[in-house]
Amino acid sequence: MATKDPMVNNAAGGTRADAPDNRPRNLFSNAARLLQSRWQSVITGIPFFWLLLFFLAPFFIVLKISLAESLIASPPFSNLLHWNENGFPSIKVTIDNFAYLWEDSLYIRTYVNSIQIALISTLICLLIGYPMAYAIVRTEGTARYILLLLVILPFWTSFLLRVYAWMGLLADQGTLNSFLIWLGVIEKPIRLLYSQFAVYVGIVYSYLPFMILPLYANMEKLDTSLQEAAADLGAKPVTGFFTITLPLTAPGILAGSLLVFIPATGEFVIPDLLGGGNVLMIGRVLYSEFNANHDWPVASAVAIALLIVLVLPMMLYHRVQASEAERQKS
Amino acid sequence: MTQDASYPWRQPDATPFISIKNLSKQFGSFTAVDDISLDIYKGELFGLLGGSGCGKTTLLRMLAGFETPTSGSIFIDGAEMTQVPPYERPVNMMFQSYALFPHMTVEKNIAYGLKRDGVGRSEITDRVADILKMVELSDFGKRKPNQLSGGQRQRVALARALVKRPKVLLLDEPLAALDKRLREQTQFELMNIQDQTGVTFVVVTHDQEEAMTLSTRIAVMDAGKFMQIGEPAEIYENPATQFIANFIGSANFLPVTLIDKNQSTVQLQHEPSQKVFTAATDHKSPESELTTGQQSTMVLRPEKILIDKTPLTDCQNQLAGVVKEVAYLGKLSTYRVQTEIGITFEVTAPNQIRSQGIGHRIDWDDPVHIGWNDNSAVLLQS
Repeated sequence: MATKDPMVNNAAGGTRADAPDNRPRNLFSNAARLLQSRWQSVITGIPFFWLLLFFLAPFFIVLKISLAESLIASPPFSNLLHWNENGFPSIKVTIDNFAYLWEDSLYIRTYVNSIQIALISTLICLLIGYPMAYAIVRTEGTARYILLLLVILPFWTSFLLRVYAWMGLLADQGTLNSFLIWLGVIEKPIRLLYSQFAVYVGIVYSYLPFMILPLYANMEKLDTSLQEAAADLGAKPVTGFFTITLPLTAPGILAGSLLVFIPATGEFVIPDLLGGGNVLMIGRVLYSEFNANHDWPVASAVAIALLIVLVLPMMLYHRVQASEAERQKS
Repeated sequence: MTQDASYPWRQPDATPFISIKNLSKQFGSFTAVDDISLDIYKGELFGLLGGSGCGKTTLLRMLAGFETPTSGSIFIDGAEMTQVPPYERPVNMMFQSYALFPHMTVEKNIAYGLKRDGVGRSEITDRVADILKMVELSDFGKRKPNQLSGGQRQRVALARALVKRPKVLLLDEPLAALDKRLREQTQFELMNIQDQTGVTFVVVTHDQEEAMTLSTRIAVMDAGKFMQIGEPAEIYENPATQFIANFIGSANFLPVTLIDKNQSTVQLQHEPSQKVFTAATDHKSPESELTTGQQSTMVLRPEKILIDKTPLTDCQNQLAGVVKEVAYLGKLSTYRVQTEIGITFEVTAPNQIRSQGIGHRIDWDDPVHIGWNDNSAVLLQS
């Protein structure tokens, strides 16, 4: 157990080397153990370093910019660090950008709208994904792996390309409208593209695999004899589902839902391409602050505020994963 | 009142409680259960015994309602059950994996079936408490299944299946997951509980000792068919085929030809060695149907053969031989004796005397005599 954790192992190695009853012949093995634990720290250290460099550092840069003032310059924001006449450094930060987000109702509305769209999309993904995952788990033999492959298959094509494909399908002169006109269901094209509907279609389509895969992983471990036991004890299939299957697949539902909800909230490409100007989502606001308005500090504040909104579900996801791992062990 | 009252299957006019008629189950081209018929009587502890893939579990699952028979029918207490779904059958099952609901406490697990039946809350509490007392788990009601030992889980599974007072309790390898000592102890607990509740038990097992200990009757299954149905002693002492003789306990097989026959005995010759043996024909067994010149097989259980260093003058049948192997098991020893007729016999003998010295004990390469009485062997037509 101790060797799993480099810190613990280092400490253990250290105390052993210092222990008075330590005989010389143990020195080599202790040294080897120490070296081994050093290697372990190096190996586990690399991903930490990676995260530090490419995740935490950019975060602090964004945080820094969000606390700066907007300038017409290059870069277009003020420096937090100033040198006064006496040669002393001083730091000047402002929370004006955050205050601005709070005061202008557009931003609040956009956040609420983003969360609402993400929540509804998550629910639709769950309603479609749950029966799909269940059906895949219940499929025997090679067919199961073919079905799983089909779930993952869209990832082989560029995400952007697939969203563009939906533009072609949903456009006024697009495939779906042409087909419906050909069938005689409608006479004039109906507005599908550049609507809330198109955004839902795009998000549900794109994020469905993220719902199905954790559900599949969870359901695969489900012992079918539990459902049989419920039936044997007098539970009709519906009752058995709500009392046994649903509670036992709850970790999968939560994991899948968060995997859809978290990225969907900050989604930019789908609302931009399929929603046009008609759907307010925070990703698009951030993009226009940054590129159209050139207001980097406000854009950064939007990003930081989004992060704060999503920290809670992210922590929840982490806890679900941890408790699942804990349950696997027992 | 004769003692036959507790042996309803011995009476031709007794009404069966479970009646299986020409039942078959096919999975694709594979026939798991092949046109079998069986009557089980009320209060029986019936054992379904067989190796893996013999169809015993499929039969049990058809009784529970998890599998639909391809053809044939099942009646329980006079009602046709063949197409009735599991949740409407008066039958409960104890699963091999126990199938305890991991997200519920022991109490909730046991109460689950009662709740489905719409039993009142206070009655549920009482019945759960009663059954927990019976399986000696009163202090464990609030625990989750993963906080219990294997033996405790087994008892929760039993309690959960019994609390609904089913007409029939099906047990799928109930003791397979327990270690040997616990298994022996639990066997007797199961028999006690069956006795107390009077519920008809159908037990599936691959363990012949378990089947022998537990069951009132055993059905030995192979390739989807019953090879023999009978009381444990009947199956052991009068195996119908060589397969059964070998499957239940161990046996020595001696190919012989009937050369002479009188009222109570037959003379049988082992042709390669010209050696003649005597066997009694005093019971219903098929040796009475043999005719002169017919081939048959003598089946001899290892414990029915005597072994000694000196000739066994009391035995009608005797062979000389040499001990090739000895397995000392404490209470008894098993010997493999290479006999004068070229056949190796397995013989077991109790170790009645504490071994005093090398000279007394039968050991490797010792010349020995083995012998058996005329009523020790079973004759099978071959």
